[in-house]
This record gives sequence, C-alpha cells and structure tokens, in this order.
Amino acid sequence: MELFDDFPSMGRTDLRDLKKGIDFAFRDFSRDNGEAIEGFFDPLMYFMVWFEKLLMATPWPIMILIFAVLAWLGARSIAIVIGTIVSFLAIGYFGMWEDTMATVAIISVATFLCIGLGIPLGILMSRSNRVQAGVTPVLDIMQTIPSFVYLIPVVMLLGIGKVPGLIAVCIYALPPIVRLTNLGIRLVDKEVLEAAEAFGSNYRQKLFDVQIPLALPNIFAGVNQTIMMALAMVVIASMIGVKGLGVPVLRAVSNQYLALGMMNGLAIVALAVIFDRVSQAYGKRLQKHRQGGHGV
Amino acid sequence: MSDVKVSIKNLYKIFGPNDEAMVSKVENGATKTSLQAEHKHVLGLNNVNIDIPARRIQVIMGLSGSGKSTLIRHLNRLVEPTSGEILVDGENVLAMSAEELRNFRRNRMSMVFQKFALLPHRSVIDNVGYGLKIKGVNKAEMNERSQKWIDRVGLSGFENNYPAQLSGGMQQRVGLARALATDAEILLMDEAFSALDPLIRNDMQDILLDLQEELHKTIIFITHDLDEALNIGDNIVILRDGAVIQQGSPQEIVLDPADDYVRDFIKDINRARVLDVSAVMEASSSDSGLEFASTVILEDAMPAMVKADVTHANVMRDGEVIGKVTLAAMIGAIARPESNGEEQVTYR
Repeated sequence: MELFDDFPSMGRTDLRDLKKGIDFAFRDFSRDNGEAIEGFFDPLMYFMVWFEKLLMATPWPIMILIFAVLAWLGARSIAIVIGTIVSFLAIGYFGMWEDTMATVAIISVATFLCIGLGIPLGILMSRSNRVQAGVTPVLDIMQTIPSFVYLIPVVMLLGIGKVPGLIAVCIYALPPIVRLTNLGIRLVDKEVLEAAEAFGSNYRQKLFDVQIPLALPNIFAGVNQTIMMALAMVVIASMIGVKGLGVPVLRAVSNQYLALGMMNGLAIVALAVIFDRVSQAYGKRLQKHRQGGHGV
Repeated sequence: MSDVKVSIKNLYKIFGPNDEAMVSKVENGATKTSLQAEHKHVLGLNNVNIDIPARRIQVIMGLSGSGKSTLIRHLNRLVEPTSGEILVDGENVLAMSAEELRNFRRNRMSMVFQKFALLPHRSVIDNVGYGLKIKGVNKAEMNERSQKWIDRVGLSGFENNYPAQLSGGMQQRVGLARALATDAEILLMDEAFSALDPLIRNDMQDILLDLQEELHKTIIFITHDLDEALNIGDNIVILRDGAVIQQGSPQEIVLDPADDYVRDFIKDINRARVLDVSAVMEASSSDSGLEFASTVILEDAMPAMVKADVTHANVMRDGEVIGKVTLAAMIGAIARPESNGEEQVTYR
C-alpha cells in the first residue's frame, strides 16, 4: 500500500517553484515599494532617533529625577519612588545607563503607538460582532506566530534598524490592549448604557461619557500588558538592529558571558517591575471612586 | 377630569426572528404558551391599549415576566415594538427619526432605573446634571440647576461624593434628581424603589408624592408591589403575560377585581388604607353630628367614629351631604373577600 507509506505530497519540484514564486514576488514587491514604505515611516524614525538622543543627552541626575517624579505622579507611593531611584542608580553603577535609555526610548514609543492604534481598534471591535470575528484571529496570529517569522518580511521591506524593530515590538505588544479595550467596553453595565440612551445621548456622548470611563480599568490592564510584552521583545528586536539592553544579552548568549547576560537581563527585569508597579498603582487610583463607605 | 398625555394603541411585542408574522397568530388567539411551543417566539406584549392621563401617577403592575419593563421601554423606544402606536401629546413616537427621538428623550421624557444606573466615576452633582450635559447646557447653569434638585431630594452636603459612597436610598434619590433635572414632563420609573428595603421604599414614595404635589408630572411607575401601587397610584394597570387584565383607580381594583389573578393579588393588602368613605356610603343621611370629606380613607374614619362613640356619619362633598356611612358597612368592606365563609371563624 504505497498510499499509506508515503504522504501524497506536492512533489519536490512543484513545492520549490511555489516557494520561489512567493519569495520572488515579495522580493519584487519590496524592491518596487521598499523605498516608498521606508519614506512613509521616516518621520517615525526621526522622532525615535531624536527621543533616544534626548534621553541619552540629558544628564543622569536629571533623568533619575524625572523618573522619580513620574513614578510619584503615577503611583503616589514613596516605596515605589525609592525603588525606582535605587534601580536606576544600580543600572548606572553597573555601566548599563546608555543601553537602558535606548530601551526606555523604544518601549515608550512602542507603548504610545500601541495605545494610539489599539484603543480605537478595540472600540471598533466592541461596536460590531462582525469586526470582532474578523480581528480576533488576526490578534491570535500576532500573539502566537514565532517572532522570527515576521521579522523576515519586515527586514526584507525595511532593512535593519529602529523602525523594523519598532514594528516587530508592536506586532507582539498590540493584541492585549485591543482585546482588553474591546472586552472592557462590552462589559459596561447594560443599565448604565440604557440610562445614557434614555437621556438622549448620541454615539459620541455614550462613548466618552460612559463606555470609555467605565471600561478604563480593563483598558488600563491592557496598557500594562502591552508594556510588559514590549519589554519581552527587547532581545529579539536587538537582532535587527535596535540598540538597548538586548544587544549585550545577545552578545552574552553567543559568547557565553554569564555575568554580562545576567546583569543586562536583570536590568530589563528592573524596568519591567518599575513600569508594572507604577502603571498598576495608577490604574488603581483611577478606581478610587468605586470604593464604598458613607460620607467619606 | 384630565387629558390624555400618553396613549398606547394596539401595541404588540414579540421576540424572535419572524416577529411580524406572529402578530396575526396572536390576534387569532395564540397564547404565550402556544406561541412558544408551536413557533418558538416569545410573546412580550399582547394588544396593549392604555390611555395615560396627564399630571397623574399611572402605575403599571404585574409579576416578573408580565411584560411591564418591556412596556415602559417602548415609551421612549429603548425597545422597538413589533406593531402598534405610541402617541405622546398626539405625536407618534414610533415615527420619529433618530434625531427627533434624541431630542424627545432629552427634553420630554426622562427615566429612573431599578438599579439606579448612575455613573460611578462622576460625583453626585455631575450625575444629577448628566441629562443637562447631554442637552448641552453650560457648566454653570448645569451646576445651579443640579444643586436645586439635590436640595429638593434632601442630599445637600453630598454633592461631591461618588455614588459608591452612598446608601441605596440615597443613590436612588440621585437617580430621581437626575430625571427631574431635565424638566421633562413625563417621568418613567422602572421598578424605581424595588431594590430598596421596605422602610426606605416608603420614604421614597413619600418623597415622590411630595414632589408630585408641586410638580404635577405625568409619572409612569412600574412595580410588582401592590402596596406601592395602591399607595402612589392615581390609576393602575395590571398586566399578565403581556396583556392588560384590568385598569382603573385603586378603589375600583380592590372593590371589583376582574379575575382570580387580580383577586389573588389584592387578597393580602390593607383595604382600609385604599378605600375611602365614598366607596361604602349609602344614599341617606346621618344625625350623629360627625362628618367626613368623601376622600377620607376608612383607616382614618373608623377610629374617629369609635372615638366619637357613633356608628354612623355623614359623607360630605363641596359642603353638602352626599350620603352616610355606617361602621358595620366599613367593617364589611375591609373584610377579605374569601372570609365570608363561616369556617374562618370558630365560636366557643
């Protein structure tokens, strides 16, 4: 029984031709359009370069002060502020200041980009079941496909550098904010929404007075997740030319430098913990009004 | 006595994919059960016709599943009917465009919800001003008007609290103030006091009646609680399975229940609080010297007669004697309908 021994596959020649066809087609596409697409992303690249230089050029005591103030504004907790200051002092002391600033720069830009794209997309999904059905599988693919796979076309199109790195980070970090915005809006109390309707709200009033404010806890959980996932992509992004803490980690992996790898890895962890605690504390403070207790 | 403010005509609501085709089946006698069994459609409202008078409190009551919440949501079109007409001041609500409907909801009809439905992230004063904000009233005027209603419902001093910091009764006062603040003539109240405990519920009823004495809104009040209905209602409609079983004044319903369903409803209520002396009077006059206005309820009249040590009294309207009541007739009227039988009483 030949059929059971060999899988009836496509045949080596046909398969090779198919792959070649796809490869050549995409190569031609990127040759024809690569420059235009690069040009489209140029403003983004200039902004990133400028932002990174700004962070690096600012004297370190001022940067630490800025981080401490941001942590205080976000969390209103002395412990978190002290933790932030100590972490950044340690990072500088171990000679990782510049790499850390580069990482903070790309994470910040990626996060704002994801928020800017993700929240409107989440709102769109919450409005229509059809959009939700269409977008959900795309988000699933974005989260599960190995990052290296989408690095290939991104690099073919845009080469190596900050913008392709940013795109790679965003592909991975975008889904949680979209999902949680959608979920948050869908979970808004039906009766409150009915009240908005009964008092004659139009769509915009419903969205901004009721749906977004009431979905904010979930949206904020999404922002938090997005930041964490962006940080997780730092090492992979460094493979395509993004500066930052990922570069020494990559070097440590290929040369078996244990100490170098550990230090830079721990610096990434420190950033993650700071971002997480500050953004979570901020999210909780937004919910202060939900606490009960009479006559407070 | 009063003109019709809201008129509901031949209103049907059927839930299901093929609802319009089902109307004729219901017209030809299909019931809620048979429609469910044979066609998999749920009968929400079955040929509802109600004329709601202006400036009175119209109660719509029924048990859960009777369609009362569905019915009230038709009035401002939170739910679209399958067929029928709803006229407010002679204007068909169902014919309004989206824009007209929004203006109608902003200016002419407001609503109070069972679970309050306040905005948790806004302070009390901003919640009360919510309807005004939607209308586009400026901030200063909004706060001024909101403050007035906050004072009226007795929440002064809580303007800057958040809803979660208030008790249920206080939250519903915010809901009431929010509905009143838009100055709409019609107020829809969907089981507005049902989520509150009994004492607070009575307080809220008193607040509502006090306000109504001055405001004269057209109030449409949904409840499943007959005591509440009798206490605040000028008129009562009783719904079952989406159909109107009986409509009339509280006295008419207590004295002349349309069927066993209604009879069952009213069997436990305090009849002395619903019936007034004119309901039990006879055409004659009394020489006892005691007089009652025709609207005095039996609960107040009977102790007064006992105190004055008389067994009959005159019933007066506009300064004239229109009849006489006897203590015996009053006691007979407040007896439960089913306690006529001797088996209820044992003699030793």
